Amino acid sequence: MTETLIQVHNLAMDFPEQQLFNQLSFDVDRREFLSIIGENGVGKTTLIRILLNQLKPTGGDIKFRKGTKIGYVPQFRNIDQDYPLSIRDFVALNLQDGKAPWLTKSERMRLDEILEETDLVDIQNTRMGRASGGQKQKAYLAQALVDQPDLLILDESTASLDSVRKYELFNLVQHFNQQHDLTVISVTHDFDLMKQYSNRYLMLKKDHYALGDVDDINSEEDLLNV
Amino acid sequence: MFSFEFMQNAYIAGTFIAIICGIMGVYVVGRNMSFLSHMLSEIGFSGAAFGIFMGWQALTGMLLFTIVSSILIGKMSVQASRRESAISAVSSLFLGLGILFLSISNKNVSYATNILFGSVIGIGRDEVNQVLLLTIVSLVFILFMYRPLKFDSFDHIGASVKGIHTNFVSILFLVVLALSVSTAAQIVGSLLIFVLLTLPAAAAKIVARTVSGMMLFSIGAALIGVWLGLYLGYITNWPVSFFIASIECIIYFGSMLFRQEN
Repeated sequence: MTETLIQVHNLAMDFPEQQLFNQLSFDVDRREFLSIIGENGVGKTTLIRILLNQLKPTGGDIKFRKGTKIGYVPQFRNIDQDYPLSIRDFVALNLQDGKAPWLTKSERMRLDEILEETDLVDIQNTRMGRASGGQKQKAYLAQALVDQPDLLILDESTASLDSVRKYELFNLVQHFNQQHDLTVISVTHDFDLMKQYSNRYLMLKKDHYALGDVDDINSEEDLLNV
Repeated sequence: MFSFEFMQNAYIAGTFIAIICGIMGVYVVGRNMSFLSHMLSEIGFSGAAFGIFMGWQALTGMLLFTIVSSILIGKMSVQASRRESAISAVSSLFLGLGILFLSISNKNVSYATNILFGSVIGIGRDEVNQVLLLTIVSLVFILFMYRPLKFDSFDHIGASVKGIHTNFVSILFLVVLALSVSTAAQIVGSLLIFVLLTLPAAAAKIVARTVSGMMLFSIGAALIGVWLGLYLGYITNWPVSFFIASIECIIYFGSMLFRQEN
């Protein structure tokens, strides 16, 4: 039986100079992998910010299943070369339930577990500032997941990665989606990635949107014509 | 040396100041706020001048000015793009006021020198107790908001996504920073606050890889500077601030060399 995690109903977002979407409605089921796709400027990131409650929509509403915890991997992060923290310490930043300055035993175990599962154990003491693009993305993913969210939102996480690293990252995401019942919403420009990993797509266009099963789509052309 | 009460006082106060500056410095460096902490120390100068003008203790005026201005800065600088000019505007006003208060308070120049360059050797038991109290208050705040503050300081974007009230954390942090700046100004003077608040932490950032590691290194570097500086000041009669500044610079540049070697 499927469980609905998010219900979006008649969502509208008007900015003074443009309307991004109007009457946008969709559901996201638990364990689903949804890709949000569309050209620049159609409101993908805006939709994410609304889902994250960082932006108020001008109309409509969103309902989350009670107690839904969200993990988010944003598109931009200011980690420069001199950034001092190790990958391990960076991931641990998101352990916020405890109050003490030091981590409890169960928090340390959780941290070890996520570093293991995201393939970061061997480089956990590398400074984030010195990590490669792929390693950084994995660390962002691990940081979002260390808190055991029900929903993971990825915003163009692969934009800066070459194709090998891209698939490496998404294989990891797929692992959590399939093995740990993680629901995933991924914003992407990448058709192949969408096709290979997600179950459904939400295609945003200038004045309308399309929602469907990825299996019904065979090429980028198909998608443009829906 | 320790048979003199003024040296005992200087060492006790210096030790606590080194600890709080070592800890706060790590956050200052993490939040890229070195510029702001320097500005706060200038504001502290005008606060001290105001205190003298009013006939209070310099520290009281300093606390008043730094706390009020840090709240103002925190409220105004929600957007990073506005931060630097907001800081400049606020601190210019306060610096101007400081000069005014000093000039109309009819005190001699040594008062100004003490505020600007510190006077740790002249510190009395009461002032030691003030330093102790301020340090403990600051430490309690830091302990109370340790994890959110750490998250916000080292990954602001991640922290805001998490739903941490980053504005609240930021303003609370600025208030504690104001306390630390006012406390540290007692020993190194407001012109040299940089020396204890940012140099040890900047060196720690180069060497350590965890927040706790940075704190240990930073506290250690601040303590070495203060202890050795007081000792050298005692045997040479030269200003303690000079020695502390020199030691911290050596530690900082030493850390840079260490990193290049590795």
